[in-house]
Amino acid sequence: MKKVYGTASEALEGVLHDGMFIAAGGFGLCGIPELLIAAIRDAGTKDLTIASNNCGIDDFGLGILLQTRQIRKMISSYVGENAEFMRQYLSKELELEFNPQGTLAERMRAGGSGIAGFYTKTGVGTMIAEGKEHKDFDGQTHILERGIVADLSIVKAWKADDTGNLVFRKTARNFNPPAAMCGKICVAEVEEIVPRGSLDPDQIHLPGIYVHRIVQGTHEKRIEQRTTRKKEDA
Amino acid sequence: MTEAPKGWDRNRMAARAAEELEDGMYVNLGIGIPTLVANYVGDKDITLQSENGMLGMGPFPYEGEEDPDLINAGKQTITELDRTSYFDSATSFGMIRGGKIAAAILGAMEVAENGDLANWMIPGKLIKGMGGAMDLVAGVGRVIVVMDHQNKAGESKILRECTLPLTGKGVVDRIITNLGVLDVVPGGLKIVELAEGISEDQIRQATQATIVA
Repeated sequence: MKKVYGTASEALEGVLHDGMFIAAGGFGLCGIPELLIAAIRDAGTKDLTIASNNCGIDDFGLGILLQTRQIRKMISSYVGENAEFMRQYLSKELELEFNPQGTLAERMRAGGSGIAGFYTKTGVGTMIAEGKEHKDFDGQTHILERGIVADLSIVKAWKADDTGNLVFRKTARNFNPPAAMCGKICVAEVEEIVPRGSLDPDQIHLPGIYVHRIVQGTHEKRIEQRTTRKKEDA
Repeated sequence: MTEAPKGWDRNRMAARAAEELEDGMYVNLGIGIPTLVANYVGDKDITLQSENGMLGMGPFPYEGEEDPDLINAGKQTITELDRTSYFDSATSFGMIRGGKIAAAILGAMEVAENGDLANWMIPGKLIKGMGGAMDLVAGVGRVIVVMDHQNKAGESKILRECTLPLTGKGVVDRIITNLGVLDVVPGGLKIVELAEGISEDQIRQATQATIVA
């Protein structure tokens, strides 16, 4: 089965439809599928529900889909760096489901692993727990959280082979493996597609079974908070 | 109205918080003053976790050596150490929820005398999101809050009850502020330590919550 596509738009052909549910990898602007996001903007797919830890910034990452009003609902843990996100949310143009970060990651991992739900202490006694089943285990209260299964996953990796085996780089791994796992179809954009056999099988971060389409491209990789120290501090 | 007592500055608060850490601990530091705690761990063998997916977080990079693929949970560029490991966010919160992280040092908007913590939103005004804070306070061994004792209006941030949406219920163990150190104990808060130049009367006056003993 051929998994490698020439462009991000080609890699998304036939899998986009209005009202669909997309899981996206990335944390802040780190390890985000920037090429696939731009291709979704160009495709004009509307009424999207997107599960992603953040929603980019105003002019980069998922933020560009807010500008074009293609997103109906976000499932996220943190929206602090995005003025347009907050404006659309406060004016009720955008629906927002807050998930604790670890709960969101585990919902994706669970959904991709055939686990319909799990109990966690995270959020007990907060507004996150409202309307959810409560159950005590070993004397401690837990709430039931559901696994997520998305119509489509969009993720970003460092390297892939043509069978879809993925290797990530440093903290750009973040939500990408769980997001990839929970999609009925997963499209991965990578910096480099390497020949089959050149990745060490012991060092594969995500096996190709989770990855259906791959596209190689050039990434801007914008830095959100550039923090440095001076040499003389050393 | 008399001028608000000052006590410790941000760096002194961070240095005091660093005293909470013991050799061998795996620790998560929140955004803001807690991030400064890393500057004061000295010779102690502490491994810092960054919940986006890293253990063994190093200092900021030298100018020109920033790597967009290497950031902390505050989205700041950082570096790795010889002990560093990387993992995905589900694994990261597995170790948080699983109780493997000894302590979290976090900022707060409000703390209540029963250990309730609010640090993620002000309804209708400021929507940031909880990020990993709800998972951290529910999972780690010990939760230490580092924050200013009062807000900019001079009102106590340590309350009988939180007014803002909670991050966690009954989760805070210790509060370190510019005025001193308080522990959450049955019935209220106990003063553990006073900042230099701060009297017990001053900390009591600056605190809305019940102070016991």
